[in-house]
Order: sequence, then C-alpha cells, then structure tokens
Amino acid sequence: MPDVILVILEQREGRLNRVSWETLTAGQALAAETGWTLEAAVAGHGVTNFANEVGGKKVARVYAVESPKLEPYTPDAFAAGLKQFIESKQPKLVLMPHTYQVRDFVAKLATAMGRTAISDCIGYKKDGDKLLFTRQMFQGKLAADVSFSCEAPWFVTLQNGAFRGDKVEAGAGAAPVETVKVEIADGTIRNKPQEVFKEAKQAVDLTQAEIIVSVGRGIKEQKNIELAKQLAEALGGELAASRPICDSGWLPMDRQIGSSGQTVAPKLYLALGISGAIQHLVGMKGARTIVAVNKDSEAPIFEIADYAVVGNLFDVVPPLIEEVKKARAGA
Amino acid sequence: MKILVCMKQVPQKDAPLKLNEAGTWIREDLSYEVNEPDAYALEEALRQKEKHGGEVVVITAGPARAQQVLREALAKGADRAIHLEDNAFVALDAANTAGSFAAAIKDEKFDLIFTGLQSDDYGYAQTGVVLAELLGWPHATIIMQIEKTDGGIRVKRELEAGYFQFVDMPLPALLTIQSGINKLRYATLIGIKQAKNKPLRKIALAEVQSAIGVNMQKIERLYVPQKTKNTEFLEGPPAEVAKKLVEKLRNEVRVL
Repeated sequence: MPDVILVILEQREGRLNRVSWETLTAGQALAAETGWTLEAAVAGHGVTNFANEVGGKKVARVYAVESPKLEPYTPDAFAAGLKQFIESKQPKLVLMPHTYQVRDFVAKLATAMGRTAISDCIGYKKDGDKLLFTRQMFQGKLAADVSFSCEAPWFVTLQNGAFRGDKVEAGAGAAPVETVKVEIADGTIRNKPQEVFKEAKQAVDLTQAEIIVSVGRGIKEQKNIELAKQLAEALGGELAASRPICDSGWLPMDRQIGSSGQTVAPKLYLALGISGAIQHLVGMKGARTIVAVNKDSEAPIFEIADYAVVGNLFDVVPPLIEEVKKARAGA
Repeated sequence: MKILVCMKQVPQKDAPLKLNEAGTWIREDLSYEVNEPDAYALEEALRQKEKHGGEVVVITAGPARAQQVLREALAKGADRAIHLEDNAFVALDAANTAGSFAAAIKDEKFDLIFTGLQSDDYGYAQTGVVLAELLGWPHATIIMQIEKTDGGIRVKRELEAGYFQFVDMPLPALLTIQSGINKLRYATLIGIKQAKNKPLRKIALAEVQSAIGVNMQKIERLYVPQKTKNTEFLEGPPAEVAKKLVEKLRNEVRVL
C-alpha cells in the first residue's frame, strides 16, 4: 500500500473554511511530488455533506469522521476521536490548517499518539527522500526547514494564506465518501463549551474579503481614515489597519490585520502608509497581489509588494479613487 | 489556588539576529527578555492569587541567563521559582520541554498551570497543550478571562475573527494565556528587594533526563527568508501613477 497523506479539513458554522481548502491544495501538491495517496477527512457530527463537497476535489477518498460527541468542539473529543481514526488508517502525513481550533488540539493529539506536530508551516521542500517543512521563527525574522525524526504519522499544520485555496484541483469524478464512526467514551470530555459569540457589534470577518484597503501610521490623523474608506468603497473592498491604528482607537480592533489581529489572503491588498513590521506582514503576505503606497522607499512593505508607489498617500489616493470610479463605471 | 506559570526567556524583539556557523541556530550573544505572553500569564496568576489566595510558582528552562525571568517574576510577586538550568534546554522541542516541566513538578499539586499562548522564538504554540496531556489535565488555549466557579473555572477563549467562547472546566487545568488579557504591573523596589530572599530551586538536566527523549522534530537549516517578489515600481506624477495602477488592477490583478 502506498503511503497516505491525510488532510483534515475544518468545518465551522455550516461551511469548510478557506484555510482548509488551502491545506487541501498543499496536500494535492505534496501528493503529486511524493507519489503518495491523498485522502481527506472532516470530523464532527452530521458532516457527510462536507465530506461530499470535499469529494468533488482531486482526492482518492474522503472520510466523514462521525460522533455526536464531536459537536460542539472540545479538544478532548477531537483528540480522542481523531486518534482512533488515525490509528485505524495509519497515514504517513496528517495535514491540518493552523486555525485556533486546530492549535487547540493538535499538540494533544500528537502527544497522545507519542508523536509531534510541526506547527504553523508556510511551505514544504523535498530534499532527496526527506520532507522538510518550512516555518517561521523569531516572529518571521528567520525561517527554518524542519524535518521529522520520529515514526509516522507526522502531523503538520499550515499557516493561513500559505497556499492558494482557489487552486485546489477538482477531481475527475466524485471521490468515494466513507463514514467512520468513532467511539468517544463517556467521561472523556471535561470542558463544557458555551455558545460562540461576537464581542464587537459590527465585527467583520476580513478573512473572507477579496479586496482590502489597509492603513498604517502614515495616515497620520483619525480624520484621514475617511480617505482610505472612500478608496475601499470605490473598490468594493473592506477597510483594515495595522495594529497602531487600532490601538489608537481610530478603527475598531476587529479591523486589525497582523499576528494579533486577522490573517488574510485577499485577491488585492492595498497598503496605505504601512511600513510593514513583521507582525503586520504575517497577517497579509498571503494576499495574491499586494500594492503598497509609502513615502519611505526603504519601507519593508516594498519587499513583498507586487506594485509599489513611493510617494505621499495624500497625493496618490484622491486621483486613485477617481480612476477606480471611472473604471468601475466602465469608462 | 496554587498556580504554576511556565515562562521563557526569548531574544529581545528588536535584537538583530545572527546565524551560527552551521546555520542551525542563532548566535546567542544578544539581549534577552521575557516572552511577552508569558508576562501576561504571570500577571494573571498574580491577580488570581490576590483574589482567591494561594501561591504562584514560576518555572523556566534554559541557561543561567534565564534566571533573570524568574527574578523579575519574584519581584512582581511570585512566591517561589524553579529553574531547569542547562544550555541544552534551549534546543528541546515542545514535547521534551513539557516533559521536563512535568518531571520537575511531579511532587507538587497545582490547581492551575498557565503558559503564554506561544513563544516569540520558536512559536510552536504547543508546550502548554503537551504538558496538559502529559499530566492528564484538561486545557484551554488563547484565554482572555478567568473566573473561579463553584466546580472549577469559567474561561473565555479567543477564537478567530472577533469571536469568543466561554468554557467551563474542572480543576486542575492548564490554560494558555493571550497577550492583553490584563494590564501588566511593574516590579516595585520593595518587591525587587524581597525577591532576593524568595526560594529559587535549581534543577539540573540530569534530574529530569529520564523524561527527555530524542527530539521528534529537527531544525535542519535556519536562514533569512529570501525575497520572492518582483516588485514593480509605478512612477510619475500622482495622477499618472493612479492611472497606471488602475490599469494594473484591471488587466493584471483583474479586480476591476
């Protein structure tokens, strides 16, 4: 039997999240490179529909890992249920998205199986027979290629935005979907989770936005935020900011991009007056296209920008708004 | 409540990092500080003790320099400290670090263990969760609030995208603490003085060696990430730049 790569996708609130698709893309690429078989799984209660959805992609097989005890999420149930499932299937490599949920249970799961997880990876390399997983260290100032020095299964979690979710390949036909019922003993679950809620009234999920206009210290004053807002509206995108802007209260915290805020991978990320501190870059460098406007030509944001405008944003943005409006009006 | 806080010393945020000759680790002749989320974990432990009484114990693993983190914690109000002192602790993976901590506290009875949610150096976000599993304790991660209840505790977990969730848990439990859960205090002069007389237990590598195995993951190469992008600079007067950029957005980026 060939080795198996198992991608475990995450479903929450009625859908598979984008970083799950990114993880499946990574799984497809790894399968193509290693010749290993790609399988996928969704865990929860009543997850057959999700499994069917994944079955439309290029995977050999999809498992719906089922137990009423997997809903709502608890680390105890997920670690117990997935341990049972993984032990029965014996995959070589288990890929998961590095979401808050996965990081809540993956280390427990790996430890329960006497294994380790290489967490928050941004890529992989094949070095001869060796698989290396690249992860950021020292807050992104350095990168490390990390290998496993233990037996399989190898657990790897992937950073939001590290792979392209829209590049996930469709399958030639529907992959077989198999339901695997896991038994989670009474008394396993010790935590009692309450309902998930939102603190801020108008909290926005920037991770789903296709276009983001983001402002940094270069915006100078709170009243200038309006200019960026107009550009975001003209583009049909969301307004976001770097941490100092939200700390100052100029925009609510739920619009903050970066390590302590949201991590996004939109089609277009337009950074206005953002220097590009690493804590910000980790939250947006997965954007497909990055446009940066900054008056400092040495600003680190230009290191990762596709299009760069060295100049004063107050000179550039007003005509840009007009041009965007014209373009959208079909002029 | 008896609370253990796991703390780590990490390179200072702005410290310039240089690679060692083998390209497997950094040169360690630099300035260090306490891992920021760990400082919040300590603060939360001190606040819980102030509310409910008990004891706050701090633990770290690392070379002699790491003692500074414990001294600061004692000065801020921790009651005693445990230092797993050896250079070798720096290179342990999360499983081995957690294993060392578990071995070091095997004769203690804590109600709660706090760790920061992740470290600024490795950034595994795993050591706390592994420790909970080794101890057979329940855990919760990225915690923004802790309240004592009749049967245990109620904690507030931070989820993605502005979502939160309260979770009821029995004790003992392990929590990983998010930065910003509270406001950090400064050590007072009296606190710094008192810290000198507080117990600090040193544990040698040999004492916990039996809990340490071969690292299950290995850093093969550490390096400065390469620039991967070809940046196109758009130049000219603002109106012209705006036109050029919109043309790119329309024809290349295809968002217009």
